[in-house]
Amino acid sequence: MSMADLWPLLTAIAIVMMIVPTIGLYMTFVERKVAALVQDRLGPNRVGPLGLFQAIADAIKIMLKEQVTPAQAQKVLFMTAPGIGLVASLMAIAVVPFGPVPTDQPAGVFRFMIAPGVDIGLLFLLAVSSLSAYGIILGGWASNNKYSMYGAIRSCAQFISYEVPLGLSILGIVAYSGTLSIEGIVASQSAGILHWNIWWQPLAAIIFFTSALAETNRLPFDLPECEQELVGGFHTEYSGIKFVLFFLAEYTHVVTVSFLVALLFLGGWHFPGVPSPAVGLTGSAILSMLILVIKVMMVVFFILMLRWTLPRFRFDQLMGLAWKGLIPLAMANLLGVVIVLSLGGSRWIMLPVSIALFVAGGYASALSFERAGRPVPPRPSTHLIKQGVA
Amino acid sequence: MTDKKRKTIKWAEEPKIGFAEAIYLPAIVEGLKTTLRHAFEPRKTKQYPEEKPDLPLNYRGLHRLNRDDEGRVKCVACYLCQTACPANCITIVAAQPPSDDPHWAGRDKFPASFEIDELRCIYCGMCEEACPVDAIELTSIYDLTGMSRDEMIFDKEKLLSVFDKTVGGDKDPIRTHHGALGPASEIDLRTAQVAPPPPGHGRPG
Repeated sequence: MSMADLWPLLTAIAIVMMIVPTIGLYMTFVERKVAALVQDRLGPNRVGPLGLFQAIADAIKIMLKEQVTPAQAQKVLFMTAPGIGLVASLMAIAVVPFGPVPTDQPAGVFRFMIAPGVDIGLLFLLAVSSLSAYGIILGGWASNNKYSMYGAIRSCAQFISYEVPLGLSILGIVAYSGTLSIEGIVASQSAGILHWNIWWQPLAAIIFFTSALAETNRLPFDLPECEQELVGGFHTEYSGIKFVLFFLAEYTHVVTVSFLVALLFLGGWHFPGVPSPAVGLTGSAILSMLILVIKVMMVVFFILMLRWTLPRFRFDQLMGLAWKGLIPLAMANLLGVVIVLSLGGSRWIMLPVSIALFVAGGYASALSFERAGRPVPPRPSTHLIKQGVA
Repeated sequence: MTDKKRKTIKWAEEPKIGFAEAIYLPAIVEGLKTTLRHAFEPRKTKQYPEEKPDLPLNYRGLHRLNRDDEGRVKCVACYLCQTACPANCITIVAAQPPSDDPHWAGRDKFPASFEIDELRCIYCGMCEEACPVDAIELTSIYDLTGMSRDEMIFDKEKLLSVFDKTVGGDKDPIRTHHGALGPASEIDLRTAQVAPPPPGHGRPG
């Protein structure tokens, strides 16, 4: 491979490796600003214009902080766990396009992606991003602290549960597009706003978004780090730069998830009126990239708003939502897509089917709640049982 | 469980979960409406160092020692504030002014030293209530800082300088009106005759 072929790859890697940690850093700032917005406050506004340098000040401060390693901790794992989490999150970004990547992309041209043309893109992404659970579990275990351990166990259970609906929900889209590569799926939505996947797969979009939220450990699914019960959860014992790595991993995950929602369901870099991007760095390519970034920012903002809107789930509710709600719905949705596609029907049949499935799921859930809420009939008194009366 | 127990226990009614609650979405939309409404409401925060709070005139902040018309400390070292203080933060040392000094004409007692430990003080205002000559008052200065504990023990000069700084300002305390409320402070000490207390006043015996 000559240098001429290598430079687009190296440029893309450099951009991603520089931009992603910066975004992670600034997500903390944006999160504080949104929190303040919702709570009628102003938020950080002291460091620099509009408080924009607050994130940098925070980073400098936390990097200079003392790093405490508990005496009873498993030193090696304690040190490596945050790194594993961050590496897994960053590896997932490799197959996520951050700008227009036409499917007929020649080599040797700048592409808005580290690894374009990976045919198993989505599979790789799901596999690698679930590896970040290792960082959390190892960190929790290596801390040798029961709260960290509880957080890690919760996180483990949550990851296993929500991996299933996360994968199942996008299989319908994969079946329709006929490809696992993300740019291929985006290309299948290029014909116009009505061809975005969210219109014929609204149920899948809801399931994917919910499961992805659970995967990122964000509210309302942040049980691995819920302060009221677990002090800090898996990162209780972490401080300084190691703590930052955990948070960078989490925010990177949030960004990846937002990119996925925008790419898989919201048409990626396509928008009505914007010409289809040509190959390489051109005006329309940059415009398309901006469109994608705006869509991603809207999803991120929505995730941040949800944090201040929804209370945290109880753990049994969390498990119930995945196993009794999302997984059956995702399976029924996949079944519907497969039947419709194999019978050669229009994919628009899936819109009413999705709505019907959602309503049916809600109705079943309400029925089960009603049954559970019915008062328990009083037990016969024990002395009557002994006498053989009851 | 006995029947008596069953009757006396009050069972809590769980909120009913119907279709709308089971699908979560209406509640989420409702919640998002609330958060979005707050996002566009006017801010309720004050930008403190730039935007000072508008304190009421009866705010109890840092003490000051008032001066009389001739610029002397008004305090007559009667120890009433020191006695009244629940935090024991006032320490007074009384002294007799030199009788031939025209500056102290008419005064037979003055505080040689007057110290308030502002770190011990609980700002209850009982010292100014106790003062018979309205010499001690609480101002509306609240942002009191210091680099050491010693620095926070305010002596007579420091307390008088607080008076010089705050007198005549728009936040001059309204409690005493420079003596209007304290009849003892109106007495011209140079001409006043010490009279026996009227019958019925003072301690029996």
